Amino acid sequence: MTEKNVSTGSSAEETGTHAIDPRAAFEYAPAPESRAVVDIRSSYGLFINGEFTDPADGRSFKTVSPASEEVLAEIAEASAEDVDRAVKAARRAYTKVWSTMPGRERAKYLFRIARIIQERSRELAVLESLDNGKPIRESRDVDVPLVAAWFFYYAGWADKLEYAGLGPNPQPLGVAAQVIPWNFPLMMLAWKIAPALAAGNTVVLKPAETTPLTALLFAEICRQADLPEGVVNIVTGAGETGRALVAHDDVDKVAFTGSTDVGRQIAKAVAGSDKRVTLELGGKAANIVFDDAPVDQAVEGIVNGIFFNQGHVCCAGSRLLVQESVAEEVLHSLKRRMATLRVGDPLDKNTDIGAINSREQLEKIRELSDVGDEEGASRWSPACELPATGYWFPPTIFTGVTQAHRIAREEIFGPVLSVLTFRTPAEAVEKANNTPFGLSAGVWTDKGSRILWMADKLRAGVVWANTFNRFDPASPFGGYKESGYGREGGRHGLEAYVR
Amino acid sequence: MLGTRSIKTTAKEFAIDLAIRMVDLTTLEGQDTPGKVRALSAKAMRPDPADPSCPQVAAVCVYPDMVSVAKETLGTSGVHVASVATAFPSGRAAMDIKLADTRDAVEAGADEIDMVIDRGAFLSGRYLEVYDEIVAVREACARPDGTAAHLKVIFETGELQTYDNVRRASWLAMLAGADFIKTSTGKVQPAATMPVTLVMLEAVRDFREATGQMVGVKPAGGIRTSKDAIKYLVMVNEVAGPDWLDPEWFRFGASTLLNDLLMQRTKMKTGRYSGPDYFTLD
Repeated sequence: MTEKNVSTGSSAEETGTHAIDPRAAFEYAPAPESRAVVDIRSSYGLFINGEFTDPADGRSFKTVSPASEEVLAEIAEASAEDVDRAVKAARRAYTKVWSTMPGRERAKYLFRIARIIQERSRELAVLESLDNGKPIRESRDVDVPLVAAWFFYYAGWADKLEYAGLGPNPQPLGVAAQVIPWNFPLMMLAWKIAPALAAGNTVVLKPAETTPLTALLFAEICRQADLPEGVVNIVTGAGETGRALVAHDDVDKVAFTGSTDVGRQIAKAVAGSDKRVTLELGGKAANIVFDDAPVDQAVEGIVNGIFFNQGHVCCAGSRLLVQESVAEEVLHSLKRRMATLRVGDPLDKNTDIGAINSREQLEKIRELSDVGDEEGASRWSPACELPATGYWFPPTIFTGVTQAHRIAREEIFGPVLSVLTFRTPAEAVEKANNTPFGLSAGVWTDKGSRILWMADKLRAGVVWANTFNRFDPASPFGGYKESGYGREGGRHGLEAYVR
Repeated sequence: MLGTRSIKTTAKEFAIDLAIRMVDLTTLEGQDTPGKVRALSAKAMRPDPADPSCPQVAAVCVYPDMVSVAKETLGTSGVHVASVATAFPSGRAAMDIKLADTRDAVEAGADEIDMVIDRGAFLSGRYLEVYDEIVAVREACARPDGTAAHLKVIFETGELQTYDNVRRASWLAMLAGADFIKTSTGKVQPAATMPVTLVMLEAVRDFREATGQMVGVKPAGGIRTSKDAIKYLVMVNEVAGPDWLDPEWFRFGASTLLNDLLMQRTKMKTGRYSGPDYFTLD
């Protein structure tokens, strides 16, 4: 279907008496979620051994709200000395309390944490949106409910480890060093902490330097739940802190989610030691639309795949592979749909797309998009007004992209979609797999047999059929190739935390 | 998702008045009498007797034998008379009878005809039969003076069940010349739902892009609150487009919805909620 010149004359004129232009009259009103539900302190220490403590050398950094560039709080920066203190606290808690506690008792703590997360969900959602920039609709309806679900799910496993199919008498590993990214701060925390604790490990977790606040609120929740001191320790800081943590001699397990580059450094740092490692790294997922797919439904999936969380999603469907025979129609519908996306204040419940998490990330997105222009792809964004302060990038698609373009190969980690076409299912598979990554893929077709055939051939850890970015604590998640190794979620997720 | 857009103050006033103007105030009961229809018609013209600024509804919707009564009461008020036809609600009658039913309603003065499709034929794959029937009923809507009653085609989506069927029926009806496509008779559950209406809105949007012609959409049954109505309007706005935000192109088939709209309207005007006793029960 091509773009047609359709009449847009409003019929209000014909009906006479009520000639109000609906466009002007039907404006959505701002509906910001109140910030009053969160109590952000001016500064935060390190959460070690159940207490907030000052860092040894007194260094700190600021965390800002990416939507307004307003400084939210001063955060302690952990040095190697602080990390050592945290690991020692975790070791002590592991030996004295947590590893010897019966699974059914550990479960009670996890259930309690899950319930407190539900009770304080609004607070967590608002804080997450403030610190990260994601729309409140996502933090409230996706992130926080999944966080609670993750704790509930793994709480259920804590006393059933013998029946998880991981051997007759699975034992915890010890102290887990966990480093998480800024795109889903609280959700990644849950993915890491819930299975570790359920299996009897203690943890030292380092949240990302741009989004530490919800992890620190989680520390408060651990106290509220009377979790024994030292079972969960949270050290804030940037790359230096992370390096000190994964390199610490007394760590038994390293779990990391983040970029493939940092993943490589971690793999090198732990090589030769007996630390267990799981890495969940980058992606460049193909979202494959066949000619028999229901177009409007596929368009919703494409939008969700790349614009969910501003595209800051490792499994984002950042390459759209659309069958040539329907490419024009799909693109036409996609552009029309994109024109209704609302970019703006993350705390406004009308907002579909929030702020880019940091200036650094915004620069990276701009740079790669410029490369797209230079390499001859054509860029399109709907008309949308971006706020004057803060970090923003409009939802963008590039058409005329081929496998040779950098924007089809490198992870942009922003709201930028590369559109490629294919002619046959075999070509779709070939193109989809032609990437160093292999985290996820999406298939849109009405034909069940084709879904199974594709799922069999796609080299990706998750294949979504007629949906995208769907998560469940019972379902394992992880990558092929340079998207990392190990699985998180489900029974498989426990395997990374027991021997 | 569209349920979470926020509509407040002037936009809400606009939306509530628009929703009132979009209501097809309906009574389709075996127990309908001329008295009931007269009362309903009076309400259609003056939904809120206490407030003359309150707009009229779009139409009253009745059985064919009540058309003349409604017409008489409504006179030149501008409120249309819509009549169900073609052996409503089941549609199980011979073709001649369906056409006679339609002509009877048109002759009695109906401005709009709400026909039902033959779901039996549709579900057994006899699409051409359904199409031909719509074309024939459309012809039966013609008046001697060359004008014609507006034709609304009811799918009874609760019986078609799948979204694929709803979409197929939408195209079938639009190609056959329907002026409006309508979800349900109100006699089968589920009646109108947001997802079904979404599919139909997508269909009219695509039909306009393909042919340049606009077709209206009418969800009927099950929409009872102002909040629901506003959710539908947001969906109309974002899926089909603002051109459909007009009684000419979007209607609500409802009876209890109107009083809730009136109650919200009074609240917006006076700042107070009043009890249901302040609104007429016709």
